[in-house]
Amino acid sequence: MADYASGDIIISVRDVAIGFGERLIIDGLDLDVHAGEVLGVVGGSGTGKSVLTRCIIGLVPKRRGKITVFDQDLDTLSRAEHKAIERRWGVLFQHGALFSSLTVKQNIQVPLREYLKLSEPLMDEIARLKIAMVGLRADAADKYPSELSGGMIKRAALARALALDPEIVFLDEPTSGLDPIGAEEFDTLIRTLRDTLGLTVYMVTHDLDSLARICDRIAALADGKVIATGTMEDMLRHPHPWLKKYFGGERARAARVKA
Amino acid sequence: MPEAQLASRVDGSRLTVALGGTWTAETAGDMEPRVASLIAEGGSPQSVLLDFTAVQRLDTLGGTLVRGIEMAFGARGIPVQREGLSKAGAAIYAEIADGLAEPAPTPAKPKPVIVQGLDKVGEQMVEAGRDLVALVSFFGEVVAAVGSIFTGVGRFRLAAVVNQLDRVAFRAVPIMALITFLIGGIIAQQGIFFFRDFGADTYVVDLVAILTLREIGVLIVSIMVAGRTGSAFTAEIGSMKMREEIDALRVMGLNPVEVLVLPRLMALVLGLPILTFIGNLSAIMGGAVVAQFYGQIPIDIFFTRMQEEVSQRHIWVGLIKAPFMALIIGLVACIEGMRVKGSAESLGQQTTASVVKAIFLVIVLDGLFAIFFASLGY
Repeated sequence: MADYASGDIIISVRDVAIGFGERLIIDGLDLDVHAGEVLGVVGGSGTGKSVLTRCIIGLVPKRRGKITVFDQDLDTLSRAEHKAIERRWGVLFQHGALFSSLTVKQNIQVPLREYLKLSEPLMDEIARLKIAMVGLRADAADKYPSELSGGMIKRAALARALALDPEIVFLDEPTSGLDPIGAEEFDTLIRTLRDTLGLTVYMVTHDLDSLARICDRIAALADGKVIATGTMEDMLRHPHPWLKKYFGGERARAARVKA
Repeated sequence: MPEAQLASRVDGSRLTVALGGTWTAETAGDMEPRVASLIAEGGSPQSVLLDFTAVQRLDTLGGTLVRGIEMAFGARGIPVQREGLSKAGAAIYAEIADGLAEPAPTPAKPKPVIVQGLDKVGEQMVEAGRDLVALVSFFGEVVAAVGSIFTGVGRFRLAAVVNQLDRVAFRAVPIMALITFLIGGIIAQQGIFFFRDFGADTYVVDLVAILTLREIGVLIVSIMVAGRTGSAFTAEIGSMKMREEIDALRVMGLNPVEVLVLPRLMALVLGLPILTFIGNLSAIMGGAVVAQFYGQIPIDIFFTRMQEEVSQRHIWVGLIKAPFMALIIGLVACIEGMRVKGSAESLGQQTTASVVKAIFLVIVLDGLFAIFFASLGY
């Protein structure tokens, strides 16, 4: 039940350049993310997928260009306005980034405590709900991150990202390091959550299965730009040599057969 | 700023709760007390109707709050109905109901305070016993690793020892010299201040020299090394443990004790006597300088008197303790490092434990040495 109708542009990136030292990693990149879609961002190692994501969520400064999220230009916002926007997105980091000294329940409650004034029982209830929503068992609530398996860490981190019911979630390689069954379950979970909560999902991934199975649209990064956006079919027809290699390889063919 | 509305009215025997506006994370904090008072003041109607018609947005936080109303009346045996829920809202509501279907696990009853206290004492005692066993067993491993070097199974890592020696001893010289210089000066000042009343100013030389050489020099240097180097050892080995680097060494057929612990221990055992010696010289210099300017005892008189009064055995009493202190500090630091578990917090805890235990044991050991030398009359 987001304010944005499905298909509205919720994130817009225009002519953005990001660099470290002398080198520009991203140069003149344009990208739109539509409300309610699952966008998969692909690209070779070092093409700046993660850097772009970190730039949108404000962890890496950009050299030029404009990024608007929820129709607000991120550069012109005051601290308070920026904070209000941060509440409306959740981020799942590649390795989960759960706070290692807190239990899963406490991890989920960190944003709740920080932003809302709720009673302890209600916060416990919400944590219990989020844990169930991401498919963890109830007894995971009191475990520490070091006691969890890789798949459980990803789920717990997703629960924390969803704590405040954000409208956008950024997922950085959500299925990396998971076994095929775990990865498939995670894909299904993301799609279910998208459908029930009306989420917009921005997903950096290398997993061809995920791309084929749950992404509505794919954006391919190369040479510091988005070289193509579109469905899986569009990617397969695209003449760019890197895309031909990426989607035409053995592994891609196998993924297509499955999808 | 989005707002939520909550109104209730009684139609005959039915309580109608009209919800409106935005029931999301943003409004949940404001609405919670109102929901609580509605539940408290709702009385016991025949049935309850939740009217969602005017709700514009509902998310899982708002939904959980609303579900609380349903559960509270449900628990009193009052049937609750829902009305006017949009399709998206119904999906979210179903998700919440599904997720919270299992009742919350009831937390275990806390034990009485006195039992908890006894529990803690018992745990601590067992823990202390285990610490001692761990120390002995680790020492055994170290001895075995040293043995393996002589039998040719292990390898003596000279480069690692030299590298550690540079970090442990060489780079510590300025700070150790400075601190012992100040301590020597302070002892001299106090000595002169009180001896002056008896006209026994010159005894300050005996005080500074003997106290420093026998006790203070080695003690201050050991405590500094425990804080400076012991903590670093624990943190280094601990973070290697966290990132499975220790396991990586093991599977490559390398013994972590031989690769990581032995070079560090050797560097400490070699380095601490050197630092102690430097510390002793520096403390005596500090005493001599203060005696010159505060006590008007010229430096040449100071050293002449020192040569007459202080025999070589005092130097040896101090220096002989240094390698033992080093061994204790190194062993404790490495054991605590190996005990680090997955979390950042545990790394902090073990590092603290390493420094505290090392300093404690250094002081205990110093006391034992004092008794030993006293009974020898040395």
